[in-house]
Amino acid sequence: MKKKTVDNRAVMKRILKFTKPYSLFIIISFLCSAISVAAQLWVPILCGHAIDYMIGEGNVNFQGVTTIVISIAWATAVTAAAQWILAVCNNKITFGVSRDLRNQAISKIQKLPLSYLDRHPSGDLVSRIIADVDTFSDGLLMGFTQLFTGVITIVGTLGFMLSVNALVTLVVVVLTPLSLLVANFIAKHTYHYFQRQTVARGAQTAYINEMVEGMKVVQAFGYERESLEKFDELNQELQEASMKAVFYSSLTNPCTRFVNNLVYAAVGLAGALYAIAGGITIGELSIFLSYANQYSKPFNDISSVVTELQNAIACADRVFQLLDEAEEVQEKQELLVSDGHVQIEDISFRYVPDRPLIRNFSLDVKPGQRIAIVGPTGCGKTTLINLLMRFYDVNSGSIKVAGKNIQDVTRNSLRHSYGMVLQDTWLKKGTIRENICYGKPDATEEEIIAAAKASHAHSFIKRLPKGYDTEIAEDGGNISQGQKQFLCIARVMLCLPPMLILDEATSSIDTRTEIKIQAAFARMMEGRTSFIVAHRLSTIREADVILVMNDGQIIEQGNHESLMEQKGFYAKLYNSQFKEV
Amino acid sequence: MKYLLKHLRQYKKQSILAPLFKMLEALFDLFVPLVVANIINVGIGNRDNSYILKQCGILVLLALIGITCSFTAQYFAAVASVGCATGLRHDLFSHIQKLGYSEIDTAGTSTLITRMTSDINQVQNGINMAMRLLLRSPFIVFGAMIMAFTINAKAALIFLIAIPVLSVIVYGIMGVTNPGYKGIQEKLDHVMNHVRENLTGVRVVRAFGKEKEEVANFEHANSQLNAMQLRIGHLSALMNPMTYVVVNLAIIAILKVGASSIDGGILLSGDVVALVNYMSQILVELVKMANTIILISKALASINRIAGVLDTEPAMEFQEQKVVWPKSEEAVRFEHVGLIYRGAGEESLTDITFCAKKGQTIGVIGGTGSGKSTLVNLIPRFYDATSGEISIFGMPIEKWGKEELRTRVGVVMQKAQLFQGTIRSNLLWGKQNATQEELWHALEVAQAAEVVRGKEKGLDEPVEQGGRNFSGGQKQRLTIARALVNNPDILILDDSASALDFATDASLRKALKTLPEELTVFIVSQRTSSLKHADQILVLEDGCLVGLGTHEQLLENCEVYREIHESQFKKGDEVQ
Repeated sequence: MKKKTVDNRAVMKRILKFTKPYSLFIIISFLCSAISVAAQLWVPILCGHAIDYMIGEGNVNFQGVTTIVISIAWATAVTAAAQWILAVCNNKITFGVSRDLRNQAISKIQKLPLSYLDRHPSGDLVSRIIADVDTFSDGLLMGFTQLFTGVITIVGTLGFMLSVNALVTLVVVVLTPLSLLVANFIAKHTYHYFQRQTVARGAQTAYINEMVEGMKVVQAFGYERESLEKFDELNQELQEASMKAVFYSSLTNPCTRFVNNLVYAAVGLAGALYAIAGGITIGELSIFLSYANQYSKPFNDISSVVTELQNAIACADRVFQLLDEAEEVQEKQELLVSDGHVQIEDISFRYVPDRPLIRNFSLDVKPGQRIAIVGPTGCGKTTLINLLMRFYDVNSGSIKVAGKNIQDVTRNSLRHSYGMVLQDTWLKKGTIRENICYGKPDATEEEIIAAAKASHAHSFIKRLPKGYDTEIAEDGGNISQGQKQFLCIARVMLCLPPMLILDEATSSIDTRTEIKIQAAFARMMEGRTSFIVAHRLSTIREADVILVMNDGQIIEQGNHESLMEQKGFYAKLYNSQFKEV
Repeated sequence: MKYLLKHLRQYKKQSILAPLFKMLEALFDLFVPLVVANIINVGIGNRDNSYILKQCGILVLLALIGITCSFTAQYFAAVASVGCATGLRHDLFSHIQKLGYSEIDTAGTSTLITRMTSDINQVQNGINMAMRLLLRSPFIVFGAMIMAFTINAKAALIFLIAIPVLSVIVYGIMGVTNPGYKGIQEKLDHVMNHVRENLTGVRVVRAFGKEKEEVANFEHANSQLNAMQLRIGHLSALMNPMTYVVVNLAIIAILKVGASSIDGGILLSGDVVALVNYMSQILVELVKMANTIILISKALASINRIAGVLDTEPAMEFQEQKVVWPKSEEAVRFEHVGLIYRGAGEESLTDITFCAKKGQTIGVIGGTGSGKSTLVNLIPRFYDATSGEISIFGMPIEKWGKEELRTRVGVVMQKAQLFQGTIRSNLLWGKQNATQEELWHALEVAQAAEVVRGKEKGLDEPVEQGGRNFSGGQKQRLTIARALVNNPDILILDDSASALDFATDASLRKALKTLPEELTVFIVSQRTSSLKHADQILVLEDGCLVGLGTHEQLLENCEVYREIHESQFKKGDEVQ
């Protein structure tokens, strides 16, 4: 417990650091909040005095009432102005801080090693940058607007009340915290109803997800009746749990209101009796009554801010953890020329310490050679690609491009010498044109069309209603998987780097279309060093070197003929794909 | 709305009592300033201690009545709102089950899930708050005004002016900022999309060295969001100061009027205190009401979205009465069948004609998007053909009852889907009362027996949600077994063997051959090797049937088929 508070403090300190650029706004915000609270609290007192000037028939001090009315007008004007400025400042601070946080986070993501990004599901990171920052800024906003104002209000009210009358103040001060206790009591006791509701809702949502997603199967098997029965069971459970959670939690407001009313009655009683004794005036009694009405509000506000702030701190912490992750080291030297000569020298690599993957592997790839990597699914074919592109760094040994160790040059310049087409056809939200010239934004129209033609994309793009200006939907739903892959290929075609990496690039395309793409690839690969990962063996027979991988190990290596002669793993794999059954 | 009313009617008593008790509570709230006025005017005026004590007793009593009413109201509101939501959820779920494939495609599963979960929760919240506050707040606002009239008509005129002015401010500002919040959400979605893109496409971004541009793009979207937030934030920040000014101006007016009235002997000072109190009550309630209205309008939007789903009528009608199981040697016949998917402009299938005899194995081949799945989806009537005729066992497909047709036709879909439970519970989907032997027989044929034997608990091995504790190949074999348990007359394997290796694929096809003669099998595949031994192969391209015949015939006379075959087996390279 103690450790946690220390953590919170550290996080708080960092949050404060983030607010530094906004210190001017913070100062103004504090000032305005003090001014507005003071002026706001002054109004009931003025009202009270005004009432004291109206004693009875023919006994009204009009002069006094007028002076007070003017004061009320001033206090109102000041409060209104201060409130608005306060709100504006708070908006600037909180929205600004969350913008800064998000900007830092996205820059951070660009510099994080892939090992981190591969280990963390993207949904989790998205929720940190979007939802957590939102919760954090909400909490911060509430903290700024309500915490400080609340404290000042409590202190101010206390001061004003004391200045009027100590005895009645005591009644208010002693009784008001009761409403807090009641609220806390209810919150504590409804907590487990809420938990039950959460569990029931979670179970039902999971069921809904599963059934709606599998609705076609449900219908194909005529399983509707059974699935509805199960659903109704879950629905029933949720109804019972929700009913209790909704009811008990809705008791908080009436209860605090009840306590408030009791305080009000007590103040009325004490004040009125005291007034008869001549202790206070009627106007002063009205001051107390209106204070009694308002006094519990800042307490309730602060208690809700505290939970909100704890939440905000937890969220901020998650964002800070992301910002604290170690970045990739940036090299200075640029890889200026790449002749396509790749030397892999005695490399070893493992993702996790106790599971060695690639061990002591060496290969000299001459410029223009074609290297194919084959093996069953999940054998680690992509690992080699990860190392070549320096998405991951080798544990020992070295990879050299054009005689330079790739760990000595900037990743950017290294990657520029590769063209990459992956199985995962990632496209940006935007037009087809924007996507094709992703790697070369200044490409001319002719270059774009030439690249599209070379990758067989031109004909289908032409048929789209808006041609090259067709927007690709967020999920890419308006074009097929194969078409997406054509666009990815066109994207690389436009840059034509000296080396190529094709990672299962045609596995989502049918074999007949694949033949057409292969032709395009063949043209693209001419004179370029290329690495091809494939599970369809027909696509890689022309390779100069075939690396056969299994369980992360390179177990065989050679060209098609020599491997077939070995009658080893490759021959078995090849025959299983092509054997007549 | 009619869907909601149907359920509200079931909770008629609660739906009426909840707001009623809320108003009762409000009524007692309204008495408080009057009692205070009495304390000041009579109690203090006459120096009557026991009167004051009595009046304070009344205050406590009012508070007690208030909390009792409130508890009752909250209870009824909770019962009614949760009950309605539960009923609505049931309706929605059972309706979704009745929708056809085309309706599900049009709506999209994620939309349907949102309707079932967050939209219904929103409705529950809305009903709850509406019952509690929608009547209470106006009641207090107008009640306070009426109370003011009972005290003094001239002073009450101030209320008559202040209330509309306050309403205009509160609802005016909300009217402007509410659409603004939608805009903020849109901008936030943009920002989120950028983040997601950067994460899922990280390899491409880095391969092209576009990190800096991506950051710049993101910052642009982010600053747009920020500007929008500030604009709306500043605007909504106007509400508090503006209403505060109006209320205080009203209080000043009350004091002014009060001063002269007291001077003229029309009012007592306690009355002025009461008037000021009423004025402050009004402001609180107006703000509450504005928030309630936002909540309710959200709930209404949700209700409309839910109604949109409930209004969707399944276009397909099935024969109700049982049909006589026809005896025919023709298992499936297509006559000039065409299909246009709903919302699509072009035909996905054009003029398909073929006939599958009982016991035959029919292969379906073609490139991605050539219409293979579409064709086989017509056989169990997942979709209705938009032209031409389909008959199953000699009887037009429209004449079949839903359950009968679907039990006669077993389908193994492209996407292997298992459901939470056990292997056994999944296999029993097709036939509730299948015996142990039947299950194992199906598993053997589907080449899934070894999968089950490999599991510690065998048939009772738990299956996690979506079957994620099984590999793709295992799932596929189990879904094949699931379809076989029911002994269908027609079995459709929609590219179901794609996750199987070649050897397993071959054994599966061999095992299917051993089943009773009557079984007609449709195999959709991209591999010619899987279809070589089919009695007939349908070759599809762009939704048209471009070849029909056996492997040898097609190699002879169908260019598309030959090309597909050659793309998989280089010429002259077939292992003899």
